[in-house]
This record gives sequence, structure tokens and C-alpha cells, in this order.
Amino acid sequence: MQKKDIGLATLVMTVGAIVAVMNPRFLSPINLANTANLIGLFGLFSIAEAFVIVTAGIELSIGSVIALIGVIFVDLIASFGVPWPVALAIVMVLSVTIGLLHGWLITRLKLQPFVVTLCGLLIYRGIARFYTRDGTAGFTFGSDFPMLEYLIAGRTAGVPHSVVAFLLVAVAAWFLLHRTVLGRHLFAVGKNPEAASFSGIDTTRVIIQAYVLCAFLTGISAVFFAMYTRSVQPSSHGNFYELYGIAAAVLGGFSLRGGEGSIIGVVLGVILLQVLQNLVNLLGIPSSLNFAVMGSVILAGVIADTQFSRYRDARRQAIAMAALEDGGKPQA
Amino acid sequence: MTAYRQKDISLDLLGITKVYPGAIALNNVSLSIRGGEVVGLVGENGAGKSTLMKVLSGAIAPDEGHIVIDGKEVTSLTSARVHERGIALVHQELNPFPNLNVTANVLLGREIRRGMFGFLDQAAMERKVAPILARLDTRFGPNDAVSGLSLADQQLLEIARALSIDPRLLILDEPTSSLTLSETKRLLDVIRQLSADGVAVLFITHRLAEVEEVASRVVVLRDGRNAGTLGCGEITKDAMIRMMIGRDVGQFYEKAEHDPGRPVLELKGLRTKAYPQHPLDLCLRAGEILCLTGLVGAGRTELARALFGIDRIEAGVLEIEGRRLVGHSVPAAIAAGLCLVPEDRKTEGLFLDFSITENIALPSHAALSRLGFVDIGAETALAEASRRKLNIKTAGLGRAAAEMSGGNQQKVVLAKWLAMKPRIIILDEPTRGIDVGAKAEVYRLMQALAADGVALLMISSDMEEVIGISDRVAVMCRGRIAGTLARDQLTEETILQLAVE
Repeated sequence: MQKKDIGLATLVMTVGAIVAVMNPRFLSPINLANTANLIGLFGLFSIAEAFVIVTAGIELSIGSVIALIGVIFVDLIASFGVPWPVALAIVMVLSVTIGLLHGWLITRLKLQPFVVTLCGLLIYRGIARFYTRDGTAGFTFGSDFPMLEYLIAGRTAGVPHSVVAFLLVAVAAWFLLHRTVLGRHLFAVGKNPEAASFSGIDTTRVIIQAYVLCAFLTGISAVFFAMYTRSVQPSSHGNFYELYGIAAAVLGGFSLRGGEGSIIGVVLGVILLQVLQNLVNLLGIPSSLNFAVMGSVILAGVIADTQFSRYRDARRQAIAMAALEDGGKPQA
Repeated sequence: MTAYRQKDISLDLLGITKVYPGAIALNNVSLSIRGGEVVGLVGENGAGKSTLMKVLSGAIAPDEGHIVIDGKEVTSLTSARVHERGIALVHQELNPFPNLNVTANVLLGREIRRGMFGFLDQAAMERKVAPILARLDTRFGPNDAVSGLSLADQQLLEIARALSIDPRLLILDEPTSSLTLSETKRLLDVIRQLSADGVAVLFITHRLAEVEEVASRVVVLRDGRNAGTLGCGEITKDAMIRMMIGRDVGQFYEKAEHDPGRPVLELKGLRTKAYPQHPLDLCLRAGEILCLTGLVGAGRTELARALFGIDRIEAGVLEIEGRRLVGHSVPAAIAAGLCLVPEDRKTEGLFLDFSITENIALPSHAALSRLGFVDIGAETALAEASRRKLNIKTAGLGRAAAEMSGGNQQKVVLAKWLAMKPRIIILDEPTRGIDVGAKAEVYRLMQALAADGVALLMISSDMEEVIGISDRVAVMCRGRIAGTLARDQLTEETILQLAVE
């Protein structure tokens, strides 16, 4: 664990302890399971966002992709009677295609990630609303998909399956980002694209892989959300989720300039955001202040982080000066 | 405008030191200038001229030393404060705003306003700019678009911008690098006029003939230190070159005889992106140290980038070990056994925030991984072996590369490529900004590699180094290879003759 992660874990524990002391209902099994379920759901796409942010990119269309994929998934099953495994395969292929498209536009046509994914945000939401004629895509009354519902929205020993999925994805993502060659290349390209290409890394391919990975995880997340809400209303489903993802990643130590961050960090970031949301509910803070609380905590975290790196730079400068004075000999 | 303009300037830089993590850019440098003087500031590439300029312009703060303007010590210079005191700067890098016209560029930030709403007074602005352009005898007028200007015109535009603040001290950093002969002459005339009017001019250039012609005093920098000063009457090209190069040389160049083997890298009519008008022919043999030298902007780095696959090759043939490379790219170059130690260690060679181990292992990951997973044991073993082999001094291989000295950073860059067992190594200014001890180690390593049959192409502007270590020298000038010199023909004079056209 990096120092940053330990700091964040301490913060999560502290906030959790405060809420638990002020309102013991925080620790009730029902509240914990519900919070965990939300952590799982939001965690899936936050990890997705992290893979793009580490390359110094951004993915703003996550919420809209969740709406579009959700609508298509539900509609394929409910209206077209497609067996759910086939529907799942179709929407995953579609998600990956979206990722490929974004990666291609960003690397080959040299468009800025912000612009590409902002357009994606507008386009996918628009298509989703048009597809449902601005209505709702939902399962017809009385329809039953026991296997699908058990797998996606069920629980084992009280643990929601979204949490299980989140943990599995988090472990896989940890290995991928911190233990594989691709992970090293993601960090390298995000930190210093020039040095990366001077080291023989195919930066274009690495960036495309990041967007594809992000879209793939977003697709999984979309299926979980669709089964969680059971009906998808594309005008509001998944609104602002990309911003949750970015916030969790930034809290978790990912720099928007790229090349920094850890999976443990983003997992803790997601937990902190959901605990804060829970705090607002349980402590009777007006829910209209929800975003304000979240924003303040993120701001405080980022300020602390910047101060830390300034301290680190100052220390490096001091070491260099000390080396000059010790050696006595000029080295320039 | 301000009271400062009334009297001539007096500026003293005393004991300026600027340290970057890993390199010392300026070491106790002093420089004084008074109104009416034309001071030439010369030195080899990397001698610290640009850093000194940045200190003067307020772009960076020195770690030690004093800046005294008009008898008063100034602590924190900013570019606004520098302007206020009548100091104008013409940067080497041109950065005009192509979306604005000439007048707007010249008066940017000092626009003339009119009326209660503060609208721009276009007519007054043009009236102010027109005489400045006339003085410089420019081909463009105040209303012309900047986007269409040639490089030379852009340079004159920058100079006009500096003159528009009515400076007491004008600092020119390589102002003539893209000017034609007649434009240069015109500029030198303007400098003389200004100095007659009591303006101080600090003139930084590689073109020693210009310094000879116009300067009343010359300050020479070497390795970030004052190397000496030449007064009026002592200023000759030879004297300057002698000071720039210094005399304390020689001892650590062991001239080992190499047996050049078969050709491993051949360029046939190669045209680079930077200078597509000049086809280049060059042959590098196994076990040879070939040095590519010339002035800044001669096209050496551009050639290295093209060979390594960073930039596109416009035309011509590149052969490695007799095989022609098509569809060149960095991975292809590495696969063919060619690697590049780039000029800018900090941005191109290293990931400063990454650990030493990660830096060394990065290109070798494909070889060190199993099923895409990094073998951390092998990675550490490689870094450890490199540390021993290259004598990398560090508190730990997990430390960030930024925390090392320049020499050790350079060894890390070398280590990452040596792990790939290359047959051709291009080294772009491999010893710039590193200390003497590390320099000697780099030279020993280069000799050992050459003895093992590796072909080395070294780009260097450091004359001692070029003469001390090369088997053969190719001199570049404005994008073409001006000549090739064998070892027994190598003297500073023969090289500089070819380099300065």
C-alpha cells in the first residue's frame, strides 16, 4: 500500500467511526448491505474511469453509456425475448466497440479525450432517449428471470453480488495495473508520453487499450445498474455517474495529469464517497447538501495532496543543494 | 513613463547559483553591465547562458546570489518587474501570437486605451509601432498578419516587441540564428545606435564574428561558471574559443585504438523532416565511435530522431547490417539493435517520478514478463546487475530517478539500453550537465562497448570530448554534413571551420 492509500484508509475509518458514534443505525446489517451494494455498483465504473485517467485521459460518457447499454440490455430481453446470456454478449460487444471508437478518435484523429467523450455523453444519452421514445425500458409485469436476477442482483450470505463482482474486478484490475507489462505501460504513457515513445512503447495501442478496458467495465456496470433499478429511464438513469467515477479516482490518488494512482486508492475513494452519502442521510443533513459535502471533502483531499508534492519537490531541491555544498566540487 | 528610464542602467549579478535536482546549471556566476555597453555573452551549448537569461528575466529564481539594479538589491524578479525597470528580452525561441496582427503582438500587455470604456486605440498603437518597424527596416507593416511571417520576420517582430518598451537594457538571445546576412547587418547597426543612446545591450550568440564586430566586452561561461572576460581590443574569435573550451583537458580521454569492422548503419541519401532539402550519406562501422558535431540547430538531434524512428524519414535509405529498414518506428529500431540515449534526459530519457528499477526495466519488460505479468524478481535482478556494472550511486534502487545526480541519471538511461544488448547506440550529448567523475565513467564505458564491437554514434558540442574520444568526426552545418574528419585531422580549428560555414 502506498502512503496515500494509508492516509485515505484512515480517513474512511475516521468518517465511518464518527457516523457510527452519532447514529448507530450506520452499523445495522440492512444499512451496511445497502451501502455495500452501492459501493459495488459505483465501484465498477470508477475502476473503469481510473484506467483512462492514468493515461492522462478522461472518460465523460460513462453515465450515458450506462443508460444506453441498460436500455438495450433490458429491451433485448423484455421486448425481443433474447436469452439473457446472448443479450449480455451483445451489449458487451457494443461497449467494447464504443471504447475502440473513443480510442481511435483520440489517437488516430488526435482529438482531445475531453471533447471526444463529451460528445459521447451527449450522443449516447440522446440515442437512449430516442430509442425508448423518451419513456422507460423495463421488464413487463410478472416476467421472471431467476438465474439472471440471482447472479446480478442477488445476495450470497447477505453479501450483494454487486460487491462480489466489484471485489473480483478490483483484484483483477490491481494485478493488471500494478503487476503486468500493460499496467507499467499505462503508467509510463500517462506520466511522460515522450519518454514512453523513446523507450519503444507503442503509445497509440496502449491508449486504445485503456479506453476499451474502460468501456468493457462500464458495460458490466451498466448491466448491474439495469438489474438494480429493474427499469431504465434514460433521461435520468446514470446521470453524472462519470463525475462520481472521476471523483473517486481523484480521491484515490489518480492525477488528472496521468501516471499516478493505485487501484486500492480508487476502491477506498468509492467507499469514502458512499459513506459520505450515507452520512448525509443518517445525520439528518439536508440531502440537498449532498453534493456540497462530497465536493468539500474531495477539495480538501486534493489540497492536501498538492501540498504534499510541493513538500517533496522542496526536499529534492534541498538534497541537490546539500550535495553541492558537501562535495564542494562543482558538478555542472 | 517611469522614473527608471531617466538614467542609464547599472546591473550586477553577483555569485548566482542555480541548482536543479541532478545538475548544477549555474555555479557562482557574476556579470555586470552598464548603460551604453554592448556585452557579448558566449559559451558552448549547456554552459549556462540560457539559465542566466532566465534568472535575469525573472523566469526562475536563483538559489544563491544577488541581483543589484541601480545600486539596489532586487530579491524577487518577475517579468512584469523586469519590464518596469526597463529590461527587455528577446528569447531564442520565437513565440508570437499568430492569431493577432503585428501591432497587437508588439504591444501585447501594453495596449493603448482610450475613453471611459477603455477601448483599444488602434491608431495610436499603430503610430507607436510604425517607427520601430522602420528602424529595423522590416518587410512587414503594423497591420500585417503574423501567421504569414517567415522565421526571420518573426525574429524581427520579437526584437520590435523588445524595443517597444523603450529599454535601458536589451537582452538578445541568439537573435540572428534565422536572419539573413543583410538583416543581421541591419540589426548590428541598430545595436550600435542603441548603445550610442546609452542603452546597454547583452548579446548572446554562437556567431562569434558578430560578437567580434559589435561587443565592447565579452563574458565567457563554461560549465556553468565564469571562464573569463575579454575587454575591448582583446576580443578575437580565437581568444573566445580558447576561453570557451578551457585548458584543463585531456587527462581522462584514453585514446584506445579501435578496429572498425564491417558497416552496421548506413544512410544513403536520407532526408529528415527538419531539413528535407539535404540528403545525408553516412556510414557507421562496428567498434567505431563516430562523433556528429556542429552548432545548435545544425540538424544533429533531428537526424538522431529520424534514425531511431521518432520522426518520419522523408526519403532515402536506412540500412542496418545491410538490411534496409522499411516503415521505420521506434520498436522496429530497437528490434534491429539500435537505441538512442536522448539529448533531454529529464523529459525523453527518464521517468523522473518512477523508481530507478522501473526506469531500467521499462524497455526490457517484454523479455522479463511471463504471460504479460512483470517478473518483479527478474526486474530487480536486472537493476541490481546494472547498478554494479555501471557503478550507479544511489541510496536504493526503489528511489525516484529525480533524486539522483545528473551523472547517475545518465547511467540509468544507459543501463536501460544496455539491458537490450544493442549493436548500435546513438548518444545525444551524453555528458551534458554531468560531473567530471561521471563523465570519465561514461567515456570508459563507451570505449569498452566499442571494443566489444558495438557501433557508437555520439552527438556532442563539447570540443574536448569530440577530439578526445572520437575515431572519426562528421561535422554538420545547417542540415547537411559539411565534412568528415579522420582522427589525425582533429583539431578545434578544423572542426569549427566546418561548423560555422
